Amino acid sequence: MDWEVVIGLETHAQLATHSKIFSGASTAFGAAPNAQASAVDLALPGVLPVLNRAAVDCAIRFGLSTGATVASRSIFARKNYFYPDLPKGYQISQYEIPVVSGGTVTIEVEGQARTIRLTRAHLEEDAGKSLHEDFHGLSGIDLNRAGTPLLEIVSEPDLRSAAEAVAYARALHRLVTWIGICDGNMQEGSFRCDANVSVRPRGQEELGTRCEIKNLNSFRFLEKAIEYEIRRQIELIQAGGAVVQETRLYDPDRDETRSMRSKEDAQDYRYFPDPDLLPLSIEAAWIDRVRAELPELPDAMQQRFTDDFGLSMYDAGVLTASRDMARYFLDLLPCAGNDAKLCANWVSGELAAALHRESLEIQDSRVSPQQLGGLLKRVQDGTISGKMAKELFDVLWREGGEADALIEARGLKQISDVSSLERIVEALMAEHPAQVAEYRAGKEKVFGFFVGRAMKASGGRANPEQLNVVLKQRLKAE
Amino acid sequence: MALTDTDLRRLARLARLRLEETEISGLREQFAGILGLIDQLQAVDTHGIEPLSHALDLEARLREDVVTEMDQRARFQSVAPQVEEGLYLVPKVIE
Amino acid sequence: MDLANTSLRQLASALHERRISSRELTQAYLERIGRLDGQLGAFITVDPDKTLSQADAADARIARGEAGPLTGIPVAHKDIFCTEGWLTTCGSRMLSNFVSPYDAHVIEKFAAAGALILGKTNMDEFAMGSSNETSHFGPVKNPWNLAKVPGGSSGGSAAAVAARLAPAATATDTGGSIRQPAALCGVSGIKPTYGLVSRYGMIAYASSLDQGGVIAPSAEDLGLVLNTMVGFDTRDSTSIERPTEDYTAALGQPLKGLRIGLPREYFSGGVSPDVAQAIDAALEVYDRLGAERVEVSLPHSHLSVPVYYVLAPAEASSNLSRYDGVRYGHRAAQYGDLNDMYERTRAEGFGAEVKRRILTGTYVLSRGYYDAYYLQAQRVRRLIVNDFREAFARCDVIMGPSSPTVAFGFGEKTSDPVQMYLSDIFTISVNLAGLPGLSIPAGFGAAGLPVGLQLIGNYFSEGRLLQAAHGYQQATDWHRQVPDMARA
Ligand SMILES: [Mg+2]
Ligand SMILES: [Zn+2]
Repeated sequence: MDWEVVIGLETHAQLATHSKIFSGASTAFGAAPNAQASAVDLALPGVLPVLNRAAVDCAIRFGLSTGATVASRSIFARKNYFYPDLPKGYQISQYEIPVVSGGTVTIEVEGQARTIRLTRAHLEEDAGKSLHEDFHGLSGIDLNRAGTPLLEIVSEPDLRSAAEAVAYARALHRLVTWIGICDGNMQEGSFRCDANVSVRPRGQEELGTRCEIKNLNSFRFLEKAIEYEIRRQIELIQAGGAVVQETRLYDPDRDETRSMRSKEDAQDYRYFPDPDLLPLSIEAAWIDRVRAELPELPDAMQQRFTDDFGLSMYDAGVLTASRDMARYFLDLLPCAGNDAKLCANWVSGELAAALHRESLEIQDSRVSPQQLGGLLKRVQDGTISGKMAKELFDVLWREGGEADALIEARGLKQISDVSSLERIVEALMAEHPAQVAEYRAGKEKVFGFFVGRAMKASGGRANPEQLNVVLKQRLKAE
Repeated sequence: MALTDTDLRRLARLARLRLEETEISGLREQFAGILGLIDQLQAVDTHGIEPLSHALDLEARLREDVVTEMDQRARFQSVAPQVEEGLYLVPKVIE
Repeated sequence: MDLANTSLRQLASALHERRISSRELTQAYLERIGRLDGQLGAFITVDPDKTLSQADAADARIARGEAGPLTGIPVAHKDIFCTEGWLTTCGSRMLSNFVSPYDAHVIEKFAAAGALILGKTNMDEFAMGSSNETSHFGPVKNPWNLAKVPGGSSGGSAAAVAARLAPAATATDTGGSIRQPAALCGVSGIKPTYGLVSRYGMIAYASSLDQGGVIAPSAEDLGLVLNTMVGFDTRDSTSIERPTEDYTAALGQPLKGLRIGLPREYFSGGVSPDVAQAIDAALEVYDRLGAERVEVSLPHSHLSVPVYYVLAPAEASSNLSRYDGVRYGHRAAQYGDLNDMYERTRAEGFGAEVKRRILTGTYVLSRGYYDAYYLQAQRVRRLIVNDFREAFARCDVIMGPSSPTVAFGFGEKTSDPVQMYLSDIFTISVNLAGLPGLSIPAGFGAAGLPVGLQLIGNYFSEGRLLQAAHGYQQATDWHRQVPDMARA
């Protein structure tokens, strides 16, 4: 049978605020356990939540970036359940009226663009962490993360493969980091996905029973978990079984998903409007203000790079992989004579390789756009060859400095002026009359012999193109 | 409406309240009275009436995004039942 | 100084003029507590050393000439307000070991005013009750008759003030928990407009209804304390920012022309005859003061009790989920796995009434019942609010009984929760509407037990309510009556 896969993602993006969503505690990562758990985060008797304006700003920014509707009035609700990392016994979230609804994200898989619809995005608080290392068989609870603001972004079940799910997650990741609402650090849990996966015979209208795979915090795990889950569901149905709606966890060590038994008992979250929080009102003026501050979005910039600079969609995609990448490229461009293709090649080639070698982000590059631009300018005007430029790039990377000064100091300047090249060529011809005769008799291969000798004679500094011209001219003469 | 013993056990489970078997019949009886009271609402015509969460029609007031809370772990954990190395200890959490 | 017959204002001026020191005054109250509270059980915690050191600080402040109206005055606080370094139990076994690591906003305000903490008063567990019989620390007795309940949930505060063990006491009111015990104990009590007193540090029962207030002998005293207690707080999202108001400013202004709304529904049965008679007599006093009677109608008022017993338990069931034995409070001594720890901790930590309300709230919020109960109750809540809007278009103050009966006996209503719930029939709708309400002593009913007159005002009309109450108290002396035990 031919199976169709149906996937929807729920993504939790930790919002890049200084303080928590409902308290004045810090959200910084890595503090000593419970050092950043304030009275409110601990749910001491009598404490109350007050909403952080910056978290709302982030939600508006996201809504505007995806063409969604930002609600003029939204409601915070309590989701009630008991868990030791949930100090109040309820999570403050949004339920019936979220701050953002609708919107789309565009993805590209195998050269094919698709629009994925978003259901909603809502504000909520994160829970703490349970640590299971040995405390005499007990668990330790750290509530530093409790109350960290999250934007939960829910997609429609529009994704049809693990690859599409990953492309969507990557596009979302690029967007939330681009607009600065999330640091995107997946190891620290700042961006994590739950995948709802089901399968159905192709052509069948009604959806199959879905399973939710929780807490996938890398693109690779997301892909592998979904692939495993698809296989599991198809095999199960083909063997005459039925998929049970449940929550599953992905175990990367065994590359499989397994049922979360503790969440099996029928959940009834008893959502109701949080009486401690009044309705969130977002006026048009606030939305306008956020809109005015919004940067050019990655999709638009990618398109612009192809339109304005004649770059391929692929190159433009690489250059807009992150906002810092795009910023680097745009800073580099004027320093390098606005040669977009040359800049694109260098950023995605030498620079990317060097960054990769040292696991650096582009904003931490050892070679600044100004330094690289200075180098590329000398490639453009023929002062140095591409090969020399690569060597010099390594020097710049290792030792810093400036291209012109290095060229000067190392005497690397290309010999491009015709009279100097003519002098070299004439001397060579006088030295090797036999080869000159061979060439003139039609043995064109000998040309390469002269190029090699001329390069050597110039100490590798002869401008190859100029040398070609001079050689051809002189050899042909008489 | 009346609550069965099964209903009461399910509610107690949701609310994480251990119910002794001896408590159940008394509760069932009290609940009959309480439901009799609140079921009066079912007869009220509220067609077209918006639910009201707060008597005063106010909007959320927002905080500025500033860290105002300092580390008070020692003070807060001085009233905790069981802590070790700054962590609250509980029976093993099984996921 | 005769503490049984001295008003807060008189105490303040005695302190101010240094006719008495705060230490002397406080010692006198502590002495009364030591002597009389054994019979009453009005206090859960008294800590003379802490209180007296605050008194010394207040005396120093008075000596520096930096005293405000409440500087040096000992005030009792309902044990629902978190007080740093003090046991704060909310009347529950669950918090029987909870020494609060922080102060409620209200406590901060009293401290800033130089008032002292006289002690923490007994209350129904988590403010759930109308007779003070649900406290883990035992019932409070009514100073007028030790066989009768003081009302609840602020029974400790009401009894303490009635027996003059404290010149004033803070209290909270979710469905009548200030006004009903004030009525039953023959003292004055005010619940301000929802949002005027910060709920930060006031342990939550039903967040959309809870409001802090005061119990004191007279309306004038209430105004003085309210001046300190009311105030905007950024830590409570429902706190209301308004210009500072002097709640005593209108006291003494004549009541001529005051339009008193009398809801038909409050005077058509359901009130015991002795209470009805006292209320009639009180209204006649207002007639003499030049007020006008206006008949108004609150047609949905009979639904306020069912609405309340959906909404309040729903909010409570969620508010009380934090008591899980993980971070503070009681934890069961014996347990197996995590859920067993939760279930035993909560079963041991909460009393029967609290469990009943948690279960009720869990039920009305649960899948399949939410619309029929919770949403429907919120809709009827709007009808109740609308009734008041219409009524206040025609009158300045609504009056009626605070409680349908005088104080009842212990155990009389404990077996039938619904009978207990109905004792708040006249007070609950005020919380649902978020309006200010006040109860003042208005004579005596059966067996010489006090009757309370309830005054309900429009939003933010506390000054007007206190003026109306004060006018009555200038013309009568019910508020000066004290139980025999207090005269001792
Ligand atoms: Mg979710
Ligand atoms: Zn979520």
